[in-house]
Amino acid sequence: MPGRAERLDRGAPGASQLSDARAAAETAARASYGRLLAFVAARTRDVAAAEDALAEAFAAALTRWPATGVPDNPEAWLLTAARRRLANLWRHDAVIAAAEPALRLAADEAEAHLPDFPDERLKLLFVCAHPAIDAGVRTPLMLQTVLGLDAARIAAAYREAPATVGQRLVRAKAKLKLARIRFAVPDADALPERLTAVLDAIYAAYTLDWGDGGPLAHEALFLARLVATLLRGESEAQGLAALLLFSASREAARRDGGRFVPLGEQDCTRWNGAMVAEAEAHLLAAVTAVPGRYGLEAAIQSAHAWRARSGTTPWRAVLGLYDRLVAVVPTVGAAVARAATLAEVEGPAAALAALDAIEGADFQPWWAVRADLLARIGADAGPAYARAITLTRDPAVAAYLRNRAGGAGLGQRETKMTAIHYKIVEHDGGWTYKLGDVFADTFRTHDEAMAAARIVAQEQQLGGETVPISWQDADGQWHEETAQGDDRPIADVSDG
Amino acid sequence: MKYAIVIHESAADMALRDDPATAPAYWAGWMAYSQAMNDVTTAGAGLQPVTTATVVRMRDGKRHVQDGPYADSHELLGGFFVIDVPDLDTALDWAAKCPAARNGSIEVRPVLAN
Repeated sequence: MPGRAERLDRGAPGASQLSDARAAAETAARASYGRLLAFVAARTRDVAAAEDALAEAFAAALTRWPATGVPDNPEAWLLTAARRRLANLWRHDAVIAAAEPALRLAADEAEAHLPDFPDERLKLLFVCAHPAIDAGVRTPLMLQTVLGLDAARIAAAYREAPATVGQRLVRAKAKLKLARIRFAVPDADALPERLTAVLDAIYAAYTLDWGDGGPLAHEALFLARLVATLLRGESEAQGLAALLLFSASREAARRDGGRFVPLGEQDCTRWNGAMVAEAEAHLLAAVTAVPGRYGLEAAIQSAHAWRARSGTTPWRAVLGLYDRLVAVVPTVGAAVARAATLAEVEGPAAALAALDAIEGADFQPWWAVRADLLARIGADAGPAYARAITLTRDPAVAAYLRNRAGGAGLGQRETKMTAIHYKIVEHDGGWTYKLGDVFADTFRTHDEAMAAARIVAQEQQLGGETVPISWQDADGQWHEETAQGDDRPIADVSDG
Repeated sequence: MKYAIVIHESAADMALRDDPATAPAYWAGWMAYSQAMNDVTTAGAGLQPVTTATVVRMRDGKRHVQDGPYADSHELLGGFFVIDVPDLDTALDWAAKCPAARNGSIEVRPVLAN
């Protein structure tokens, strides 16, 4: 939410009273921000105005609570303050149409003063993942409205400019309001499809930061648990919660002093037992006659978790589950994971044959699995490792693959070289240089664009010292790495 | 809340109007649709084929008149309804029932408040 963090941090008389007030406001913010926002927005259908009103309410709390003491029911206090702020807004605008939500909110005031005001977060999640909202903004919208994350933090996870993400969020919220999207849990007919969109958006939040178990992974886990709690009867909601919990349970084991450790090599005594138990409980609730994608994926992870008890992985069971998963979601990811499992049951040759039948193209896991299988049958795995490393975003995973490639007889140097080709093209009424589909600033002339591209290309190649460099690949993804003086990417410029 | 249901018909669907064998069923579909939606409809019109259209532009104070817009479009503006319903979801349900939705596309847009 824009403004909340800075308002909470705003300086005021420094005293322990203030820190109490701040702590209370922050606790209320963390624990109930989403509930407060969902409650207000469900009645006004204006998420942006509800956010502003809540920001004002939190700011007022910081001013008032040090003097008056923290109220018995901080949430109700914040809600009343937010409601007043909205009422003032509407009076100010003198918009007749706004009388309706104002009245509805007033009618719900008594309800809101109950210690347990209704939890409307589920409605808010369905609104965020509404089919009329662009799929790319659903996850950011959830993170902002239900969890109160600001655009800058969301943008960092997406490695995009905060202004870009902020603009997309503003546009989405304007559409929610202007197109008047219904704040409701869909009826039984529409629920399965709509729920899939909600779960997919939560899953997307989890995968954003999967590598180091960063903050968004935890926020996604919170959302998955929330949906699983609010929709106890929905097996896929249970399946997603189980899946994310299994994954989160391995967070500590996945890294060994910064080094990446793949599942098969993890020390299972470092898995979080409480999370595994919680995952198993959700998985039990996910069992249905026709399991869905998340239920099956969670079951696969449950089979892997079995290793902690028996010392071995039941590979045949895992393969059977992947067979079913591929039938439900015929994605490249599922097919590649199935092929990798096949190697454990029927051997690497059978797995390679299965992999050959999949369109791998630029899919990192396809190349990583292929490299591993080639190495296992004693074939030349070098080019496959090189390709996998080029496609890897997580530096720790890249380092792991480099190490494996080294073991398979491939030198490290050549795999680290990355070629970058800048092309000079006409763009936006002028000229620019581009990398893949990513355009740089526009210049007036071809020669200016060429000169700028040459400078950038030269900077990529300046050798001699070991410094951190950052560069943008053809997907628009920024890479940060510490480069040895002699292993910069090869960069050149040509007319596109 | 008012929404415009803007109908982009497929060229093939629109051609059904011209064939005596298919025209009755075509028009019956539209009649049934507009009657079903009668209670929420506040305005609307079907349009003559795009070949009858004329385009006008004012450029530098001068009037430019031109025959028909883009003859080879796959989808053509066939007409519109304005409906008054509680929310977008209800409007989308009506749009999904439109005969042209099966082969063409239906654009749903909130109408500017006056």
